[in-house]
Amino acid sequence: MFTAFLIKYAEIGIKGKNRHLFEEALAQQIKYALKRCEGEFKVTRTQGRIYVDALSEFDYEETVEELKTVFGVSGICPVVYAEDEGFEKLAERVVKYMDEVYPDKKITFKVQARRARKNYPMDSMQINCELGGAILEAFPEIKVDVHKPDVLLNIEIREKIYIYSIEIPGPGGMPVGSNGKAMLLLSGGIDSPVAGYMVSKRGVKIDAVYFHAPPYTSDRAKQKVIDLAKLVSRYTGPIYLHIINFTDIQLYIYEKCPHEELTIIMRRYMMKIAEKIAKDTECLGLITGESIGQVASQTIQSLAVTNEVCTLPVFRPLIGFDKMEIVDISEKIGTYETSILPYEDCCTIFVAKHPVTKPNLNVIKRHEQNLEEKIDELVQTALDTDEMIVVNWEK
Amino acid sequence: MEIYLDNSATTRCFDEVAALMTKIMCEDYGNPSSMHRKGVQAEGYLRYAKEVIAKNLKVNEKEIFFTSGGTESDNLAIRGCAYANCRGGRHLITTQIEHPAVLQTMRNLEEEGFRVTYLPVDEKGCIRLEDLQRAITGETILVSIMHTNNEIGSLQPIAEAGALIKKMNPRILFHVDAVQGYGKFKIYPKRMNIDLLSVSGHKIHGPKGVGFLYINDKVKIKPILFGGGQQGGLRSGTDNVPGIAGMAKAIELVYAGLDDEVERLYQIKEAFVNGVRKIEGVTVNGHCDRNGAPHIVSVSVEGVRSEVLLHALEDKGIYVSAGSACSAHKPQPSATLQAIGLGKELLGSTIRFSFSMFTTMEEVDYTLKVMYDIIPMLRKYTRKK
Repeated sequence: MFTAFLIKYAEIGIKGKNRHLFEEALAQQIKYALKRCEGEFKVTRTQGRIYVDALSEFDYEETVEELKTVFGVSGICPVVYAEDEGFEKLAERVVKYMDEVYPDKKITFKVQARRARKNYPMDSMQINCELGGAILEAFPEIKVDVHKPDVLLNIEIREKIYIYSIEIPGPGGMPVGSNGKAMLLLSGGIDSPVAGYMVSKRGVKIDAVYFHAPPYTSDRAKQKVIDLAKLVSRYTGPIYLHIINFTDIQLYIYEKCPHEELTIIMRRYMMKIAEKIAKDTECLGLITGESIGQVASQTIQSLAVTNEVCTLPVFRPLIGFDKMEIVDISEKIGTYETSILPYEDCCTIFVAKHPVTKPNLNVIKRHEQNLEEKIDELVQTALDTDEMIVVNWEK
Repeated sequence: MEIYLDNSATTRCFDEVAALMTKIMCEDYGNPSSMHRKGVQAEGYLRYAKEVIAKNLKVNEKEIFFTSGGTESDNLAIRGCAYANCRGGRHLITTQIEHPAVLQTMRNLEEEGFRVTYLPVDEKGCIRLEDLQRAITGETILVSIMHTNNEIGSLQPIAEAGALIKKMNPRILFHVDAVQGYGKFKIYPKRMNIDLLSVSGHKIHGPKGVGFLYINDKVKIKPILFGGGQQGGLRSGTDNVPGIAGMAKAIELVYAGLDDEVERLYQIKEAFVNGVRKIEGVTVNGHCDRNGAPHIVSVSVEGVRSEVLLHALEDKGIYVSAGSACSAHKPQPSATLQAIGLGKELLGSTIRFSFSMFTTMEEVDYTLKVMYDIIPMLRKYTRKK
């Protein structure tokens, strides 16, 4: 029945002179998402709106699902077009629309007409009244409520006449690409994919880095991270995933530093390496899935010590989230099932029974001096053997 | 270099088998149930397979039923017999070290009101006949014991158990899961009092997705799959002709030189066991000599996690298994290893090497050399207490 979608975007609307840049980015992202759908579509920007017209047969459910992955979209309204063949015909079409879309008639409604084409013989108020009357006459159970209607029936008089009343919520945020690029530290866990999703939602393009430690971590653990990146790329667009072999660095730290500090020192080196790659690839920040106090390495003291190695800003969108809240989002975006597969990642393999929870920066730095002899070389080797793959969502 | 020592998980298919299957899939692809010539031609392959298997087991051709593999054979044997014979009683006996295809079927039947006794094993992984004798009651209708354990290679006293069961009550059915033992041993159901025997194709260099169940003619059994009534109604579904013919071909090839091959495997096993024992803190589980299977060696390496050792060996081109492949993706410790009383600290440090006709002495020497190198290195980096 529906042949088009009106795309609503909230926040872009309040931008100033550069608003068209955001709109253009959004239109691009919509086109990109629609490429994954069956059928042909035309995306047009007119008068502060974006319309998606289906030019061929299409799968309604599939198209809505894909549009729901585009950041910047706040609402998706499926639209029915009617040719302007006089008011009688329009009233008939509107009555039919109400009958099809609302089989259960115990609802209240209100008609909201807009006349973009001013030469239409009736004005908006008249259209509201007349169409409302026609609907009431056709379905006696339906009631009018002008203040809080269940159904707000929009009638837009343009070249054609647009009828719509449903608004499917979109993800919100800003179109990807409108806010630069950042480097996500992606582990195999629940949190980091969610963190990537959340920062990307603000229009940031995402690259990612994963640290693996063969033979302590398996090819399946690596494949799991690639799968997670793929799931996230459904929202963020293609992700450049850097896979860094961390084994030798990890073993060196294990040999030279106190065991309770292994994890925190490891994390400092991960941040250093991630930042190095970030700077080489024009990323303007780092993203982690850390949340205060979740584990020993995420106490506020630990975060401060980890943060100290970076000059780029580190974005931690989950910082104030409880685990359950993070799980909820990961279920919503579809990464949870993959995240909980039981493969060991490099953070857990040598973890101490009682890792330090309140590290002191000076102490940590002093112990890191034990690494001086070989660490720079090891870091360089890790960077040199970076295995980079482009990950992209496909169905 | 690629050294595949995970033959208890699955084996490389024989070239001759693959060639035969390709021919059947691309040329003689008829459905044996079809009335025309193409169907008759396909049926010929089924007849050939039954002939090969019946001869190999010294049983009647009509006692062979094709399935999708070991799991289905076990399910059909246990479930089909339990349902068909439950008027005689609702007690079943098995062991603690069975494959999940048997154990989980038993658990499921417990939920349906059957009572199941799980026989313990000794530290070598073998049941005791006294335990079996004590477990049998007037209510017992089925005993299911595996031929060769898939994790440690222990051999069960099948012939003795069969004789004991039939002596106590000839009506009790005896099922043997021979998925790991078939192709290494000559198994004659009639002489060993076996009523049902499960076999899988891909453990003996045949294709995956096919197996068979021998069912003694006198056994009362009900189907668990329903449909077009193929195989006398006991196992509906279009016959997997290429798989069945491929399996039969593999059986012919494996049994052609069995005695020499088993002797060769025992020599390989002995060399490997002797070599691996030279490493400090390494123990071999189950029977290390000819009282165990010729192709399975379970090794516990103190202070090294099995997963890590597995990946370190993989890095050198050597493929092995942590526990058994069927339970390796689950984090729980193996039931078999627990049943033989392996210490808690060794449960997670045990890997399985399993050999085949394609395994050479050179490969085993190389594997030992690699282990001498990497185990001390891996031990250096373990989780500190």
